[in-house]
Amino acid sequence: MAKTLPRTLFDKIWESHVVAQRDGEPAVLYIDLHLVHEVTSPQAFRGLRERGLEVRRPERTVATMDHSVPTRSGQARGRMPVVDAEAAAQLGELEKNCAEFGVELFALGSDQQGIVHVIGPELGFTQPGMTIVCGDSHTSTHGAFGALAFGIGTSEVEHVLATQCLLQRRPKTMLVEVAGQVAEGVTAKDIILALIAQIGVGGATGHVIEYAGEAIRTLSMEQRMTVCNMSIEAGARAGLIAPDEVTFEWLRGRPRAPQDWESAVARWRALPSDPGAAYDTTVVLDGGALEPMITYGTNPGMGIAITQPVPAPDQMSDPRERAALDKALRYMDLEPGRPLLGHPVDVVFLGSCTNSRLGDLRAAAAVVAGRQVAPGVRFLVVPGSQAIKRQAEAEGLDRIFREAGAEWRESGCSMCIAMNGDELRPGQYAVSTSNRNFEGRQGKGGRTFLASPLTAAAAAITGRITDPRQL
Amino acid sequence: MTFTTIQSRAVLLPHDDIDTDQIIPARFLKVTSREGLGVHLFQDWRYESGGTEKADFPLNAPGAREAKVLIAGHNFGCGSSREHAPWALCDFGFRAVVAGSFADIFRSNALKNGLLPVALGKDEHAALCAARQADPALEVTVDLERQVVAWRGQEPIRFPVDPFARRCLLEGVDELGYLLSLQREIEAYEASR
Repeated sequence: MAKTLPRTLFDKIWESHVVAQRDGEPAVLYIDLHLVHEVTSPQAFRGLRERGLEVRRPERTVATMDHSVPTRSGQARGRMPVVDAEAAAQLGELEKNCAEFGVELFALGSDQQGIVHVIGPELGFTQPGMTIVCGDSHTSTHGAFGALAFGIGTSEVEHVLATQCLLQRRPKTMLVEVAGQVAEGVTAKDIILALIAQIGVGGATGHVIEYAGEAIRTLSMEQRMTVCNMSIEAGARAGLIAPDEVTFEWLRGRPRAPQDWESAVARWRALPSDPGAAYDTTVVLDGGALEPMITYGTNPGMGIAITQPVPAPDQMSDPRERAALDKALRYMDLEPGRPLLGHPVDVVFLGSCTNSRLGDLRAAAAVVAGRQVAPGVRFLVVPGSQAIKRQAEAEGLDRIFREAGAEWRESGCSMCIAMNGDELRPGQYAVSTSNRNFEGRQGKGGRTFLASPLTAAAAAITGRITDPRQL
Repeated sequence: MTFTTIQSRAVLLPHDDIDTDQIIPARFLKVTSREGLGVHLFQDWRYESGGTEKADFPLNAPGAREAKVLIAGHNFGCGSSREHAPWALCDFGFRAVVAGSFADIFRSNALKNGLLPVALGKDEHAALCAARQADPALEVTVDLERQVVAWRGQEPIRFPVDPFARRCLLEGVDELGYLLSLQREIEAYEASR
C-alpha cells in the first residue's frame, strides 16, 4: 500500500482488517481472535442453531469459564457444585456449545483455565497487530500487546461466530502521554486511576486510546495489561500500547505464539505509530507527580491521591457533578472533606482481570510477608489463572498469604463481579484491585474502594485504608 | 423489529453515568435466553430488600408501566458490555432512551434490539428533563423517519443517528443477514492474507 501520511498504530491495524467498506455504511472488520465465556455467549450460540449456521472459524475462537466459577479450593475441580443451578446450567451450556460447534474450551478443571483476559495472553493467543473481541468490556486488556481489542454485546458475538466479521464505524484516536517516571510505590493501577479521575468515565467515549510516554514504556507486560484493561472505564472503545522488545520477550515460547517467530516479530516491528502521526485528541499526564490512587465514589472516575480528602459536594460548581457526588457519598456513607486514610475496611480483594497476575501477587506478597492480616478483615487472594496459581505456589507466595491469614483461592472473576458466591455483604467496605466500584458491583449494598495491589495489601494488614509507602 | 414513530409517557431517571450494573445487576446474568429480564430492570434501585417495590422510584410510579421512553442523564449505559441491559429495558416496555450521551457498547447493543438511543444537546436535554418534571403525564414523540424528538410546547429537535443503523431499524434489516450476504468478500479477504 502506498501510504504517504504517517499512520498511528490504530490506523495500521484498522486498515489491514477492513474486508469491505461501502459508501455511508460501517466497515466490515475482520476479527482475528474471538474469546468466549459462559455469560455472554449462550444466546449467540442459540441464534446460530436457530439459523442453521456454523462457527465460521473455530480455530480463531477460544472459550473459557470464568465469571461464575467457584474459587474455593476443592470446589474448582468439580468436587463441590457451583453457586447455584442457574450458573451450573450456564456452564453446562458453554460446554455443550463448544463441543457441538468445535470450539476449544478451557473448562473448569483444566490446567489452563482462568480469566479470559488473563489466559488469552498467557497462552500466546493474543498477538500484536490482531483484532480481538470478546463479549466482555475488559477485552481492552489485550491492547497492551498492540492488538486492537474491544468488548462487544451478545448479538455481535453471534455475528463474529457466524461470519468472523463485525460492522464497525471507525473510532477516533486519543493519545495519552504519561511523561516521566512514576515514584516508588506508584503502580500501573495508579496511572490508569489517575487518568480516569482526570478525564472522567465518559472522557474517552468514541475513541481508541494509545498510551505512550516514558512511564508507559518502562512498564512490564503485566503492568501494561493493567493500564489497557481499564481503558473502558474512561469510556474508550479500546486501549493500545505499541509492541516493543518487552512485548516480544514476553510472548516468545508461549504455546500459541507464532511458529514462524522471526517473521512474526519482523511484521510486529512495523506496527508502532509513525513519527508525526496525528491523533484526534491528546492528553498529557505527569507520571512523576502521581501518588497511589484510591476511589471514594461509585464510578472509577471518582478517584483521588490516597493522601487527599474526599471531595465536598458544596465545593462543586456544576450542579450535575454536585448531585452525582452527593449521591455517591450517601451510598458510600463517607463524610465530605475528610481523608480516606484510616477508614476501616472489612474485606480486601486481590484479583480480577485488572490485577491478578504473577507480578501483582508478588508485589502484594512482599507487603504481606512476615505480617498478619488485621483481626476481623477477610483477605481474598484469587489468581487470574491456574498457571499463575501454580507458579505462585512454586514461589511460595501462597504460603506467605496463608500464613498471614488470607484465603488462597482457585482462578476466576470471583468478587470483581460477585456472580459465583464470592461477594460483599450489604454495608461492607472493601479495598479491591478490580476495575469497578459501581453500586452493588461486588455484592448488593457493598462498598468498593479501587486501588493497587500494594494499597490493597497494606489495607489487609492494618484493617484501614493505608498509604503503602508508609507501611 | 421495525421502528418508525413512538409517542408515549416517559420515565425520568436523570442521573448521569448510569452503568449497566444498575440497569441489570450481574447476579441476573446467569440466564441462557434473552427474555423475561424486565422484572429485574434496575433491581437494586427499584425494590426493597424484601422484594416490595420502592414507592418513590420512578419505574414504580403510576403510568410508568405504559411508558415507552426513558429519559436519563449523560453517559447512559457505561460499564459492562452486557446486552442484558437493553434486553431488560425492552422487556419492561421501553423503545427509546433519551439521554445526554451514551456509552459506545450500550448504544450498539441497544440498536440491535430495536431500542433507539437518542442523544440530545445539553440545553435541549435539560429542557426535556424540566418539561417532564413539570408534567408527569408529558407525552414525548420520537420520530426516527424524520430523526426528531418533540413534546408539547417544543419545536421538533433533530437528533443524530447512524444512517446505517437508522435504515436497519426503519426497514427491519437484520445485520447478521447483511454480513452473511458478504460471504464472497470475506472469503476473498481470507484468501488474500
